[in-house]
Amino acid sequence: MYVIVVGGGKVGFYLAKTLLAEGHEVILIERDPVRSATLSQALNTIVLQGDGAEAELLEQAGMGRADVAVAVTGEDEDNLVVCQVAKRKFNVPRTIARINNPKNETIFKKLGIDVTVSSTDAILAQIEAQIPAHSLVHLLNLRAAGAAIVDVKLAHDSPAIGRPLRELNIPRDANISLIIRGSTGVVPHGDTVMQTGDDVIAVTSLKSEDTLRGILIGTGTGG
Amino acid sequence: MRVIIVGCGRMGARVARDLDREGHQVTVIDERADTFRRLGTEFGGQTVPGLGIDEDVLRAAGVEQADAFVAAAESDSINIMAAQVAKEIFGVPKVVARMYDPHREDIYRSLGLETICPTIVGARLIREAIADAQRR
Repeated sequence: MYVIVVGGGKVGFYLAKTLLAEGHEVILIERDPVRSATLSQALNTIVLQGDGAEAELLEQAGMGRADVAVAVTGEDEDNLVVCQVAKRKFNVPRTIARINNPKNETIFKKLGIDVTVSSTDAILAQIEAQIPAHSLVHLLNLRAAGAAIVDVKLAHDSPAIGRPLRELNIPRDANISLIIRGSTGVVPHGDTVMQTGDDVIAVTSLKSEDTLRGILIGTGTGG
Repeated sequence: MRVIIVGCGRMGARVARDLDREGHQVTVIDERADTFRRLGTEFGGQTVPGLGIDEDVLRAAGVEQADAFVAAAESDSINIMAAQVAKEIFGVPKVVARMYDPHREDIYRSLGLETICPTIVGARLIREAIADAQRR
């Protein structure tokens, strides 16, 4: 694959390095001249020095034949512009943007970016994962499909405890895919009875997420 | 008219002062609060310190009630993002973005954003001024 990475900070550097090691063709774009010279030497590959949000530079970088454009600068607005220009001017099939303000996730989605990655969100998810119950943790957002894979640990006061799956009225566009009970994974069926401490992994449409939360955690506890 | 202006540089401040003098309700957003001094002592509008692409800042500035939105920050990317947020997320009826990079201006104009590129306008005026001199 031909991957264009914009932003030569730590994320951009290790991303380019890993992709190169995996045999992909990579061009890195970095604004700072000193940093870009350092990167070029360290990676032994082409590093273009300049503003990655400038269409002319992206053209030079061969954006027209890129399979993926990744924007990982420290500025959300630059990452947005890189991905939009890649997508709309150069028809790059897949665009990935790093975001710093988690609230920008919705905005980027509305403005046509395929995938956003937020380290702020990832860290938040890790913190939430330590919370034993009363919380629905997003493991993966499947943005294009309007769905998410979520994880919830059932507390003793969960309304689902002691009831078989078929009685829970799980919405049609949600599916309980796996229950981790102790150290074993159980693929649930209609007769599987929910127990306290069950780790429930479900695929759900974003619109049914609240309903699912109500069924597994109860109302009023929030996520 | 209720107008929000992002960026209190020379151009943003000038537009803000002119609109304020004409009796419009003007709110200026800039990350650096010291830039608000450019508005002068006569300025009767509001100032909001913050990033013009942050939806919380935009809400605080009253973007939901705004009739017009001007993105005139120093960075083209900030203007592009702020203008799109105002237009697509908050539905501001009139949105104008200033852009220095003619290529980017070209792309975003074709995508339906109303843009003004001082580089192109300035270059044309300079060319015309020189052409005038040649004619004499």
